[in-house]
Amino acid sequence: MKTTLFSLTVAVIAAGAASAEEVRVYNWSDYIDEELLAKFEAETGLELVYDVFDSNELLETKMLAGGSGYDVVVPTSTFLQRQIMAGAFQKLDKTKLPNIGNMWDVVEARTAQYDPGNEYSINYMWGTTGLGVNVGKVKEILGEDAPIDSLELVLNPANMEKLAACGVHFLDAPTEMIPMALKYLGEDPDSHDPDVIAKTEAVYMVIRPYIQKFHSSEYINALANGDICVAVGWSGDILQARDRAAEADNGVEVAYNAPKEGAQMWFDQMAIPVDAPNPEGAHVFLNFIMDAQNMAAASNYVYYANGNEASQEFLVEDVIGDPAIYPDAATLDNLFTTTPYPPNVQRVVTRLWTKIKSGT
Amino acid sequence: MSDMTEDTDRLGALRRWALILVPYLWLLGLFLVPFIIVLKISVSDIALAIPPYAPTLDLSQGWQGLRDFLGKLDFENYIFLTQDDLYWKAYLSSLRIAVVATVLTLLVGFPVAHAMARAPEEWRPTLMMLVILPFWTSFLIRVYAWIGILSGEGYLNQFLMALGVIDSPLTILNTPVAVYIGIVYTYLPFMILPIYATLEKMDDSLIEAAEDLGCTRLQSFWLVTLPLARPGIIAGCFLVFIPTLGEFVIPSLLGGSNTLMVGKVLWDEFFQNRDWPVASAVAVILLLLIILPVVLFQRNQERQGEAGK
Repeated sequence: MKTTLFSLTVAVIAAGAASAEEVRVYNWSDYIDEELLAKFEAETGLELVYDVFDSNELLETKMLAGGSGYDVVVPTSTFLQRQIMAGAFQKLDKTKLPNIGNMWDVVEARTAQYDPGNEYSINYMWGTTGLGVNVGKVKEILGEDAPIDSLELVLNPANMEKLAACGVHFLDAPTEMIPMALKYLGEDPDSHDPDVIAKTEAVYMVIRPYIQKFHSSEYINALANGDICVAVGWSGDILQARDRAAEADNGVEVAYNAPKEGAQMWFDQMAIPVDAPNPEGAHVFLNFIMDAQNMAAASNYVYYANGNEASQEFLVEDVIGDPAIYPDAATLDNLFTTTPYPPNVQRVVTRLWTKIKSGT
Repeated sequence: MSDMTEDTDRLGALRRWALILVPYLWLLGLFLVPFIIVLKISVSDIALAIPPYAPTLDLSQGWQGLRDFLGKLDFENYIFLTQDDLYWKAYLSSLRIAVVATVLTLLVGFPVAHAMARAPEEWRPTLMMLVILPFWTSFLIRVYAWIGILSGEGYLNQFLMALGVIDSPLTILNTPVAVYIGIVYTYLPFMILPIYATLEKMDDSLIEAAEDLGCTRLQSFWLVTLPLARPGIIAGCFLVFIPTLGEFVIPSLLGGSNTLMVGKVLWDEFFQNRDWPVASAVAVILLLLIILPVVLFQRNQERQGEAGK
């Protein structure tokens, strides 16, 4: 027994010592082609530790606590901006990123609103927040002209009451659900006025009984398996659900629509924490990801648009040709972006969200 | 000769001091210091920084730094807690769940402990082993297993439907019932073991004497067994009640989003709202809520002990 314990200790210590050769990446769940991870290890000889999360809030808690142990993390643009202000990231050394020339200026211009000069981050993927529906079931319940491309579907209690039995999931992400309800009310979705934000409470309280769950990753499988009818979720996740359902050939047809009233556009950015144990390895990883073929492989797999112009020639038609992923000019005009809340408004927003979720 | 007695005296005094000191150091290091850190954060303000609160204590500034630091602290987070009924509702709801769960655990645990104590002596180590055995599996996995048992398509529903007891699956998962099942299951050994320990020491001849003196079995149980088992029952109830009050894992895995418990509120404040000062204030209040009844109870016990003398 003692010898096992001893050798175990040695093994643990040895593993600790080996960490210089490790790159630790913390990315969103269901967000990469896993073959790329093996390819990275084979090409660079570095060992990759790849962990996943499904909430910006959780990531930010780890970033602000410090000592997360990760070398690369992937916050969404608004959260990235807050965390840059808090001093959580280090500036990128662009001399170590020769592939940075592949990036797309159209996206870079937008991400520069959050990270001026794109000094701290590179764009990984971007997308919209919208509606995923099980087309067959929703039309069966609400009729052929069901508003599957409108916020009426999920924010109008008359529709929600009918859909409840079939199952509706919402994202557990206040910074996306509050702007969505504001858009529905005809207010500025990026409003930072607590009184305006408070108006969304009424919207959610009437539909709260009809929402089965607030969760930010379970809906992919739930939609694909036909367990739920509607999910308010992220574009690529819902398209992955569509794909899984098609592969399973289970008769479930999933569709994604950005709401016609306007959809939120967001950017997931890769950045290096200020206390990353292996910043050198982090740069190697970022450069690997910015390779045109690697980035294309990731997008082809997860159905999200990326910020890499050179990758576009390697994208399959299903991705580059789908306006739900690469929106046309008209749709692009209808997308909105938001900015981070100051701390006192943040408290109002998160408090409101707790109240909505618990239904009290 | 006298030197030697002096030495042994000194050694004895040293030993006594060490004996007193160790538990106090233990309390200081594992209770008081963490508590003061949490208390300190609870009177700070939320900030966008690492760590996400201000002010932080900067000892390099000396006295001036300490005075500046203390001047910036205030109790506004506690005032915030009183302005919002969510917190009181969460405390009350946790209290209710903890009380009900403790009573349920006692109702299940006492008969088990009693049966174990009355079992033939050679069986007891085996029975004891059976109670402890589940601890060899991770707590998280055991709670996850209940999801598989209680869900709509789960084993329990399949079993009941196969028996023809029910026609359509019962909704148990994501309701308070599932939370109670999870708590009773998880904390049952903490109730059984202390009760078993007191019952095992009980002298069987006392019951015989009671019955000889005309007690029915029920009366002798009520008048003899129960009072003698009291210390075990109380210890078991505390061991279940206190951790249940702040329980987070069981309600978040088995309960629905409308199962309001302060442990969950605490987690949300910390990880969702990233508001460490308010989260710390909630934790301090929770601690006070737990400590007060324990201290009052201890006082009461001491007074009873003295009166007994």
